[in-house]
Amino acid sequence: MTLPDGVERRHFDSEERLATRGPTVYGEPTDGEWRAWDARRSKLGATFEKGLDTGLEGDDSVLYLGAASGTTVSHVADFAGPTYAVEFAARPARDLVGVAEDRSRLFPLLKDARKPDTYAHVVESDLDAIVQDVATRGQARVALENRQFLAGDGRLVAAIKARSEDVTAEPADVFAEVLDELEAGYEILDTERLEPFHDDHLALVARPK
Amino acid sequence: MSDETAGAAWFEGLEPGDAAAAAEHVRDGSAEAPANWPAAAVDAEFAADEDAYYDVLREATITATRAAVEEAEGADDQQLAHLVRAMDDCTRTANELAERVAEWAGSRLDEEGSGVGFARRVAAIEPEDAGEERLLGLAQRVADLDDESEALRAEIERAAPEIAPNLAALAGPVLAARLIALAGGLGDLAKSPSSTVQVLGAEDALFAHLRGQGPSPKHGVIFTHEYVRGTAREHRGSAARALAGKLTLAARVDHYSGERKTELDDQLEARMERIRARTGDGDAGSDDGPDDSGSDDSGNGGDGE
Repeated sequence: MTLPDGVERRHFDSEERLATRGPTVYGEPTDGEWRAWDARRSKLGATFEKGLDTGLEGDDSVLYLGAASGTTVSHVADFAGPTYAVEFAARPARDLVGVAEDRSRLFPLLKDARKPDTYAHVVESDLDAIVQDVATRGQARVALENRQFLAGDGRLVAAIKARSEDVTAEPADVFAEVLDELEAGYEILDTERLEPFHDDHLALVARPK
Repeated sequence: MSDETAGAAWFEGLEPGDAAAAAEHVRDGSAEAPANWPAAAVDAEFAADEDAYYDVLREATITATRAAVEEAEGADDQQLAHLVRAMDDCTRTANELAERVAEWAGSRLDEEGSGVGFARRVAAIEPEDAGEERLLGLAQRVADLDDESEALRAEIERAAPEIAPNLAALAGPVLAARLIALAGGLGDLAKSPSSTVQVLGAEDALFAHLRGQGPSPKHGVIFTHEYVRGTAREHRGSAARALAGKLTLAARVDHYSGERKTELDDQLEARMERIRARTGDGDAGSDDGPDDSGSDDSGNGGDGE
């Protein structure tokens, strides 16, 4: 499997883990300028650990939807180019601003990922990738509505949370429905469940149709 | 091509260097579609090159987001949520430490007892040696936490009627604050359906029910309201539903207008009288309340519909 430039497997306390180079954020172990990327705290980290070919590359321009307090997006900004981080909730966005202050190409935005017109005046078009981790109902719709930011050969790398769509349904059924809905605008390239790192989550890689 | 799409860009009409206005544009602007903003900014001579553009964008987004966060967090309803969470933390911790004090005191002093009141008595004793000093010190912390909890409650009782006058009147200030905290804010509470408000605080029971492993919870934290707890068991579901309905209306009025509407109180009272009249006894349930309130408080009562 291929990791983007700027993401490496390195040894921390004799354990091999993903790592990126950048200022520490959440007390993660470091090795020189490298800091460990905890796959249990990051769906994208788990996506790499599970071996999906995300198509992400070093210096990619990225729109990150559902940045939360910036744990994962900090690693993305470490290896990627300009990174737009959208988060809807004020509390985690406070930490996200702190993460952005330590990085030169991370742009935090307190916006609703379901309303791309509220940030289309800031986020540029033709991006290389959208990374999506939004815990809201309608995750397929969020991906479809934000497709306008992607370049034709761009990639959607999403973690779908079954319980955000329907707590009562079987996760497998929820995933099938989400994938089906996504087909309206994306070609699905690969999917993988994120167990044991994250329960009831599906990682997927897609490109715009 | 950048010219025709640049019309909506965040940097449109900005003086380079006007950081405050830039942040405002980021926060309040919008566009139908994205465009190659970095190139457009260079074309429009807003920035010398892409790197310079990103530097300005970084400052503008950080400033804008920090301001938006501060505004959202400083909002009074959020302060109210912090107050009630802090009060609950103080009470819980005081009780926990009081148990430790009681256990310890039982082994060292002649005194026996339990609870925060006992800890206060222990705190007042003159220590005889270094070990006893630590025990009394711990007892004093319990008393202090209990005092702080009371001070927080007093502040909630002062602040809640200002922030949510109708909700505080119908629910009482502390329950009003708790509902706001559970919903995530007054705005979120106002947008919640009353069926959600009815079971706020009973999420465990609700999700167990949705998984098919239990009855539907009749009430969450609104159980603490006299109108629910003081109603006969078989009518508590109706009482909780009626109360939740009026509390939801109250939250909406508070969020969208902020004016006090006393007719809500009257409607709730009339509704409760009708529900309680079904038993023919206004407060039939009040004496079977306290004993089993522990299990019912989780909203996990057995006869949900």
